[in-house]
Amino acid sequence: MMNVFHLLLANPAARLVLWLLLMFAFIGFNALILVWVERKVAGYVQLRPGPLHVGPQGLLQPLADAVKLMGKQLVTPAAGDKLLFWAAPLLAFAPVTVCFLPMPFDARFNPLPMNLGLVLILAFSGLGVVSLCLAGWGSNSKFSLLGAARAVAQSVAYEVPLLLSVMAVAICAGSLDLYAIAGHQGAWPWQWYAMKNPLAFFIFLVCAVAETNRAPFDLPEAESELTAGFHTEYSGMGFGIFFLAEYANMVIVAGVAAALFLGGWQGPFFSGVWWFLLKIYAILVFIIWMRWTFPRVRFDQLLNISWKWLTPLALLDLALVVVVVGHLGA
Amino acid sequence: MTIASIKSALSGLKSLAIGLGITGRAFCEKNVTVIYPQEEVDNLSTYRGHVELVGKEDAPSDPKCMACGLCARSCPSNCFTILCPVPAKDGETCNPAEMGPAPQKGSKAPAEFILDFSLCSLCGQCVKACATGGLQFSNDPYKTSFNREDFKYDLIELLRKEALKRAM
Repeated sequence: MMNVFHLLLANPAARLVLWLLLMFAFIGFNALILVWVERKVAGYVQLRPGPLHVGPQGLLQPLADAVKLMGKQLVTPAAGDKLLFWAAPLLAFAPVTVCFLPMPFDARFNPLPMNLGLVLILAFSGLGVVSLCLAGWGSNSKFSLLGAARAVAQSVAYEVPLLLSVMAVAICAGSLDLYAIAGHQGAWPWQWYAMKNPLAFFIFLVCAVAETNRAPFDLPEAESELTAGFHTEYSGMGFGIFFLAEYANMVIVAGVAAALFLGGWQGPFFSGVWWFLLKIYAILVFIIWMRWTFPRVRFDQLLNISWKWLTPLALLDLALVVVVVGHLGA
Repeated sequence: MTIASIKSALSGLKSLAIGLGITGRAFCEKNVTVIYPQEEVDNLSTYRGHVELVGKEDAPSDPKCMACGLCARSCPSNCFTILCPVPAKDGETCNPAEMGPAPQKGSKAPAEFILDFSLCSLCGQCVKACATGGLQFSNDPYKTSFNREDFKYDLIELLRKEALKRAM
């Protein structure tokens, strides 16, 4: 039995499938926890207890919600494009799983060594906006279409400073492999790129929130103006998959931030996967905290922040990094 | 990009940090929500229930009300039905069964005082209008029913029951 397992692990394709399955479980489990954390934080910020009655401290509430979503009828708009309408949620979720493949959970555990992990994540997370676009178009609804148009403009605007800030770090570390970049930093906070290059970290965080369509940049699904934006017409698990993809995307950006800027799995003591998960969750709680603090920005403000502030600042930062690295070496 | 716009951006960032501080502090504070069936609030005296009659100091089961009808007249939703005996006209014998809306000559107390709570909007005009301080808000939030008729309260009877309960 053990031999078969080892043989299986020796085969890269089998390892890929196993890792993908593991990541599916990880995404699902994380989404459940995050929904609970989100609602608890929202509750406590507003001086109320949040979900409380399903399970201890309401821990099983997301599970009950998921069962409810699965029990609902899937309705397709009669005048919509049925193929695109149902392709969109699948297209939103599929790239998300791939993005978890190069995630550096632990140095001792690298199931699929690849030297372009960062590029893979950036490329596949760019696919997400296509799914929003298809969802908006396929729904044949003005709210959905407006939400999709906003999503595209926002995504294009924030991808630029995001890439520039990531590039600054990649140049510092001299690699595009997330394991190498995380390993290049030390165990102590002052050895992390977040301290060495705080501007890039700040730009990355702002862009990450915008790329995942989270408040205060949640214009594509602004419920006060667009009902629910691009997913207005989705019912049951159609909406559920978008929801799952949104939370998985949050975990991805938090994971990339932890690997690029916070030293990945390394901590002052007992370096290991728990440090990586702890950092991811610290960033996620911060993102959730921002959602329940800041009001939504206006659309012109949204684009101005990106094109007038973040992009020039990221360019400046990149130029500085290039000069410093060029003169002092990496 | 001028100096002024940089300054305003920095002050904006500062205000964002202050906002995070406020919600962060709220996060650590104690909840104010009460989980209802398990816990209950203890400040029900501030609750505005339907209006009720106030008893006299020396005879708590008799209302202070002097049947002037000001409350019924001030009520915008016509909740009140206040009846008093109609006085006998000259040359007629008094018919004790005949009742008319307050005020009636010679009546210093209501014979019947009915509040239709299903019409009331709890505006408090009647409490303000009352000349004797004979009306107040009750504070029982648990009055429920499936039947509209159950919300027609006989306030005199309620006052008597309340006085009896206090006396025991």
